[in-house]
Amino acid sequence: MKQSIYAWLDERLQFYKIKQVVDKKDVPVHKHTIWYYLGGMTLFLFIVQFVTGMLLLFYYKPSAEEAFESVQYIMNEVYFGWLIHNIHSWASNLLIAVVVLHMVSVFFLRAYRKPREVTWISGVILLFIALGFGFTGYLLPWNQLAYFATAVGTEMAGSVPFIGQWLLEFLRGGPDITGATLNRFFAIHVWILPALFIIFVVLHLYQVQAHGMSVPPQIEPNGSMKFYPDFLLRDAVGWLIAIGILAALAALFPWELGEKADPFAPAPPGIKPEWYFMFMFQALKVLPATIGPIAGDILGVVVFGIGAILLVLIPFLDKRAEHGQPNPTLKWIGIVVIIFIIAMTIWGELD
Amino acid sequence: MNRRKFTDWLLRLASIPVAASILYPIIRYFQPPEVAEGTATTVEAATVDELAVDEYKIFRFGTRPGILIRISEDEYRAFAATCTHLDCIVQYRDDKRMIWCACHNGLFDLSGRNVSGPPPRPLEEYQINVVGETVYVSRT
Repeated sequence: MKQSIYAWLDERLQFYKIKQVVDKKDVPVHKHTIWYYLGGMTLFLFIVQFVTGMLLLFYYKPSAEEAFESVQYIMNEVYFGWLIHNIHSWASNLLIAVVVLHMVSVFFLRAYRKPREVTWISGVILLFIALGFGFTGYLLPWNQLAYFATAVGTEMAGSVPFIGQWLLEFLRGGPDITGATLNRFFAIHVWILPALFIIFVVLHLYQVQAHGMSVPPQIEPNGSMKFYPDFLLRDAVGWLIAIGILAALAALFPWELGEKADPFAPAPPGIKPEWYFMFMFQALKVLPATIGPIAGDILGVVVFGIGAILLVLIPFLDKRAEHGQPNPTLKWIGIVVIIFIIAMTIWGELD
Repeated sequence: MNRRKFTDWLLRLASIPVAASILYPIIRYFQPPEVAEGTATTVEAATVDELAVDEYKIFRFGTRPGILIRISEDEYRAFAATCTHLDCIVQYRDDKRMIWCACHNGLFDLSGRNVSGPPPRPLEEYQINVVGETVYVSRT
């Protein structure tokens, strides 16, 4: 019976084709193999976000009047609501951390080199999408801290040359942060970003599948392991540990909801963005009001914008990687940028 | 069964509690928590000058609606306003001097008895106390 159902399905869905692909898929084994697991971990955390996010939608109410109360309700009344909400918050933070680690490892292993330029570009776009998720999701509980952090963040968008004012009003749904902003952020968070995410993750995974795992230049692999079941089972162990860590963080360090946002109350002290935006926030804070003829914040935003574009273009800036030649200049630029980001983040958090 | 098979089997078995510990919170999460039933057994339903004879109002009794009808100068009646048929909210028809449910034409008399149409049971009747200018309704 079981056999005949399988045969019937196989004839129509042609599982054997998938099986052929999976059987052929190998993962090279060498001293840097461990970094390959970060991609699977990122995907796993995204799935956690999709599942917990869908669950939160059953009770969350996206309006300025009800959002805060509905999150309170989820956390205090709904069965396991505290667990779902805290896992969603914690996983979003872990997700950004893992995405960044994944990117840093790919950068130093130079896996972006030909023919994997599109894999890199789609990966950087996925990082930006993840940051967009973080930025829009932060406002949704409609508490004081998020309200003012969003005010600051969207104000920065207003410093973008030429389109700043338009961008600011587009994000806020008007000149100020109101219920309209919340509705926009909600729409972006639950529809636009997930749709974009799916498009780019399909492209990304298709590229990974098409080209296989990159072996760093000058590394000779000591053989390979089967993707299924050897690599996937190791992946699964990591995911199981991740679930345990998330559940433990959710139970031991629950997210503080704070006070409901009040547009007519003075901003409380200690307004700060999520840690992954801290380096930008801090850099803009310490820039002088004017640098030469240009306003400091505008210059800062422009520099970060150029940085983002250069990040996307890395495969085309490092032509030497294609031929397996070392590129110490790029390596050191990468190290300096990372040190700058870490230093600014720590400074901002301590400030 | 050899050792390898046994470990294999053990690992597969371990996936059941793992799946259960993930699925149980999710399934439970879907069940909306019970809304705390209004614990008050008495509410202020109206003031005396609010209703003229043959007028009615729907008032909140905890989380449920109630109907208060002034049937004469000094007599009020109060019932649960949820129709016993399919949970519509009933109203008072002064032309019939009856309680009427518009959804499926159910009729209740002024004692709450279901007299015609589909309602299967009478409406729950509440007690009335007029103290000064206030009409209090209480559940027994």
